[in-house]
Amino acid sequence: MKLTLEEVNHIANLARLNLTDEEKQKYQEQLSAILDYAARLQELDTSGIAPTASVLSASSPLRPDQAGQSLPVEEALENSPSKTDNQFRVPPVFE
Amino acid sequence: MTQSLIELTTAQMLAGLRSGEISSRSLVQAFIDRTNAVEGRVHAYLSQQPDEALKEADKADARLAAARRSGETVPALLGLPIAVKDVLTVRGLRCTCGSKILENFVPPFTATSIQRLLDAGVIILGKTNMDEFAMGSSTENSAYGPTSNPWDLTRVPGGSSGGSAAAVAALETPVAIGSDTGGSVRQPASFCGLTGIKPTYGRVSRYGLVAYGSSLDTVGVLAHSAEDIVPIFENMAGADPKDATSVDTPVPATKLDNRTDLKGLRVGVPVEYFIDGMQPEVETAVRKAIQTLKEMGAEVIQVSLPHTSYALPVYYLIAPAEASANLARYDSIRFGPRASEDSLWGMFKQTRGELFGPEVKRRIMLGTYALSAGYYDAYYGQAQKVRTLIKRDFDEAYKSVDVIACPVAPSTAFKQGEHTGDPLAMYLEDVFTLPINLAGVPGLAFPVGFDANNMPIGMQLLGPHFKEEVLFKTAHAYQQVTDWHKRTPKL
Repeated sequence: MKLTLEEVNHIANLARLNLTDEEKQKYQEQLSAILDYAARLQELDTSGIAPTASVLSASSPLRPDQAGQSLPVEEALENSPSKTDNQFRVPPVFE
Repeated sequence: MTQSLIELTTAQMLAGLRSGEISSRSLVQAFIDRTNAVEGRVHAYLSQQPDEALKEADKADARLAAARRSGETVPALLGLPIAVKDVLTVRGLRCTCGSKILENFVPPFTATSIQRLLDAGVIILGKTNMDEFAMGSSTENSAYGPTSNPWDLTRVPGGSSGGSAAAVAALETPVAIGSDTGGSVRQPASFCGLTGIKPTYGRVSRYGLVAYGSSLDTVGVLAHSAEDIVPIFENMAGADPKDATSVDTPVPATKLDNRTDLKGLRVGVPVEYFIDGMQPEVETAVRKAIQTLKEMGAEVIQVSLPHTSYALPVYYLIAPAEASANLARYDSIRFGPRASEDSLWGMFKQTRGELFGPEVKRRIMLGTYALSAGYYDAYYGQAQKVRTLIKRDFDEAYKSVDVIACPVAPSTAFKQGEHTGDPLAMYLEDVFTLPINLAGVPGLAFPVGFDANNMPIGMQLLGPHFKEEVLFKTAHAYQQVTDWHKRTPKL
């Protein structure tokens, strides 16, 4: 099964990736080959088999709901490429 | 003197530091000197901190001297230098993950695994090279240039922990920390003639490990022998409140001794791990090592892991799916350079398109597709169900054996550039390591021979969940009667 260019565009958009035309073409080929390879999973009858999301059988641990120390604001902002007034700065969300 | 210091085993280093026979400063200096001499050819490190390391060494020496006078006990690893894969955060030390998108990232926190080692007294020499976001099998996907295999500089060291493996093999550090999501500790250990542990999933905290495939990611150790790994592993392992998937199963204190009797040990050999197309020398060396285990008293039993051939497609759907979600955080808001300020969406797309490398984008695309509406059930859902079958294969096998012995990779280290044009061919390199991550069981890789090109061949011992101790003991017994692990490359 070969992915169409529209599908590649759609996935790139969902993944928030700008791709060059050359990249799109390359990924169209490569992803199609990988998905063809993955199609062999359809050979297996998995009716009645539960999916594994985690190999751990233990239940999720809980902690007391108490306020604790957290990262100071200045440190949390330290790596941001753009900040102002102790906040992250981004381009307008709504035009 | 310098040469002999870097050739000591970790146990000898720790004993020498304790007794005062060697100083931490001389040890750290010896590894810095060695790194200066060979790093131009190997490129194992992405960053180094020699001044800081020497300062820490002086502090360790002062503490060791004081403890010798007072008789008080010191932390288990005090004064021992290590290297850390650039996928684990250390507060104040740049952490790139081999990616341009984290080029300037200086983490404000330290990974739990590394913090525990620091508490135990280790000294960090530097951060090691890796495939971008740990996605790769050759370290050629690093945005900062590839690492060379110290055994043959034209060959890859394996990946994604290729920098860690090369650093240990080239004697630039005695021990290095790596991560293993689909084989990223075991395969480079195998390619570089080292011993490497991929612990049980949940055994070592993932807090501060930059996420790739969260249901598969583990933190591991690479060194020259099982004996060298044990004290590092034991100091890293254990439950962590900061990682909800870390498990509080007690970590046994592994007592290694010089016994070489393996009587009572049942070793399973899975038929599916000896396939057409694998390098004949690899099969020969692994079968010979299994024969050695038998001669040491182990009972060798043929077992079957019937869903092995499905592990590759399962992994290359599940890991990219998890990666596509995990890597959504690289939005150029909280960290990383920003490529555009046009609009919010333009900023996301431009930054990510420009700064992620080709393999990372490929896996994000693949994972996004596998999770997208209309394809979820057929790809991701089906992969999760087949994962259950793969895990059951192991559960079934461990009813009749204690450990499983099999090759780490179908071939020894390949040439740089050999697979870079064909992602599927590169993925096939992981065929023997992926099932272990899908099942979450521990695996220990160690050298069992060399091929005609003098490249190391590795075998892996796999155990049931939380049975790392059996792997260490078995490999240690094997390493008492063989010397593959003592060989080092001429550089």
